[in-house]
Amino acid sequence: MSAPASIDGWARGIARRAPGWLVNGALWLGAALTLFPLLWMLSVSLMPTAAASNYPPPILPARITLGHYRELFATQHLGRYFLNSLIVASSATLLALVFNGMAGYAFAKLRFRGREGIYRLLLAGLLVPAQVTMIPLFGLLKFMGLVNSYAGAIVPGVASIFGIFLVRQYALSIPDELLDAARLDGAGEWRIFRSVVVPVLAPILVTLGIFVFLATWNDFMWPLIVLSDRDMQTLPVALASLSREHVQDSELMMAGATVTVLPVLLLFLALQRFYLRGIMAGSVKG
Amino acid sequence: MAAVRLHQVRKVYDDGQAAVAGASFQIGDGELVALVGPSGCGKSTLLRMIAGLESITSGTLHIGDRLVNDVAPRDRDVAMVFQSYALYPHMSVRENLAFGLRLRGTDAASIDAQVRAAAATLELDELLERKPRALSGGQRQRVALGRALVRNPQVFLLDEPLSNLDAKLRLSMRAEIGRLHRRLRATMLYVTHDQIEAMTLGERIVVLNAGEIQQIDTPMNLYSEPANLFVAGFLGSPAMNFFRGRLTAAPRAQLQCEGAALPLPAAHIAVPALASVAGEVIVGLRPEDLAVAPPGTAGSGEFTIDATVESIEPVGNEIFLGVQFGGAARICRVPPQSLPEPGRPVRLCFTPGKLRYFDAASGVRLR
Repeated sequence: MSAPASIDGWARGIARRAPGWLVNGALWLGAALTLFPLLWMLSVSLMPTAAASNYPPPILPARITLGHYRELFATQHLGRYFLNSLIVASSATLLALVFNGMAGYAFAKLRFRGREGIYRLLLAGLLVPAQVTMIPLFGLLKFMGLVNSYAGAIVPGVASIFGIFLVRQYALSIPDELLDAARLDGAGEWRIFRSVVVPVLAPILVTLGIFVFLATWNDFMWPLIVLSDRDMQTLPVALASLSREHVQDSELMMAGATVTVLPVLLLFLALQRFYLRGIMAGSVKG
Repeated sequence: MAAVRLHQVRKVYDDGQAAVAGASFQIGDGELVALVGPSGCGKSTLLRMIAGLESITSGTLHIGDRLVNDVAPRDRDVAMVFQSYALYPHMSVRENLAFGLRLRGTDAASIDAQVRAAAATLELDELLERKPRALSGGQRQRVALGRALVRNPQVFLLDEPLSNLDAKLRLSMRAEIGRLHRRLRATMLYVTHDQIEAMTLGERIVVLNAGEIQQIDTPMNLYSEPANLFVAGFLGSPAMNFFRGRLTAAPRAQLQCEGAALPLPAAHIAVPALASVAGEVIVGLRPEDLAVAPPGTAGSGEFTIDATVESIEPVGNEIFLGVQFGGAARICRVPPQSLPEPGRPVRLCFTPGKLRYFDAASGVRLR
């Protein structure tokens, strides 16, 4: 009498836990598929030259060498490109946070003539593909004398419609009473923005910061167009020209790719807590 | 502390909608005035105009001797307590209290002393290092009060400060605000839609409806001598009973309602204001002024009406007796007693001195 009951209970337990197992299994599989190329990139970058071209390709290096990294920095000027990327991406991020943060807040909370009209116009601008604007933008920057300068690579990214939209949607959830309280407490508009609004917007600003940093760091097309001097090139552009010169040297390429990917990966891992909070809040509050 | 004077203050929005139509009244130095009215009557707009958060379309606003129509909120020296508390979420209680003082350039030692004093007054000492999200609703409300208190402003503006609290907490916070006012003798304007809050806290009450001031008086005067139908109906719970009909003088003075007659003293309807009314009149009588006629008076009482019992709601110390009379439901507040079953007739009596007369067309009190 008791045996069938316990088997029944066992089956029920399985049935209850099965969905959890399936979901976890699918997540592990997805994670493995995503991580494998990255890990293999790291592994290949540590192999001696031509080791990765063997058949079948080895998963792990037979002998670990840091020679490719040494070569990249010693003879291929990767340090210079890394610095270029860092300057361009961090300046663009900082400026984008300032401009998008202020504009998004203003569109959400400050009353001024033509606010809705301008905002609608901006949203309409979202429909224009970035590729369409590249040539006029290049012309404009050339006219301003910014071609082949850091500014030329930074300026187009500092205020984006998407960024303004993201901040505005989040800022809409700030209660007006909070701003009124600060006004009565004696704060001017600039002070309110600094002392009350920015801390409240922090999660979405972190999210936006990661977006902008990733986009600028990884951007290939625009730096390729605007930074013609070899010394000014950013990592992705430099990596591309490197791969043209060293078509056969996969290990060197993978070392370059690792140097390019690692900083943004670490940045994301460090900030993902805030990033998730920003995304969630945005989605829930709409 | 300072008096606040409003003269013909109007607010008309860009779309032409008038939120406040010519408000004139004064809040005396150290007085607590309650501004009461139904939702959307313009009371919050009026408060925000005094705070400087909303522009004044026309009229004048003085705080003390200073005309402040175009003065920025921070330069008006007023403090406001908001319904949603509006505490700075990223600052501790201490920082919340100190923020206004810091902005005014107060030195660190004074800030510390003032914050301590305000915290002691509101029993916030233990909570100074906490963030608002770690506080209960009542504690948050006390911090909001403290933030106003700490600056020692000329005028306190309170915008429905208790509406987000549960009933029990509301009661104790109400008492606390009353105590605070008595202690500080601060000039306060207290906005609420809750007539009980207005009645218990306000030394005087301004009743607002649809942007217009209906009456300004002490709570008891408003209750006993309402200036119009709106005030009569708005204050008091359960609300005043209204009998609508035409006055007749013969065979006896009475109000002819739908299928019934309300007997009235002949002297009442002889006053010019009532005698000259051509149309319908509304007679008001508070629920507590209607009583169940003692058995001995059956048939002989001069000011009695025969009604039908509809509902009996005992609330402990009294009974809300619902009756049907003259085509409408009426409420009487009577002491605990044995009452006829629902559906049975009941004879009610009233004191004619408690009757209030209103013009049915305009709603104006007739006396």
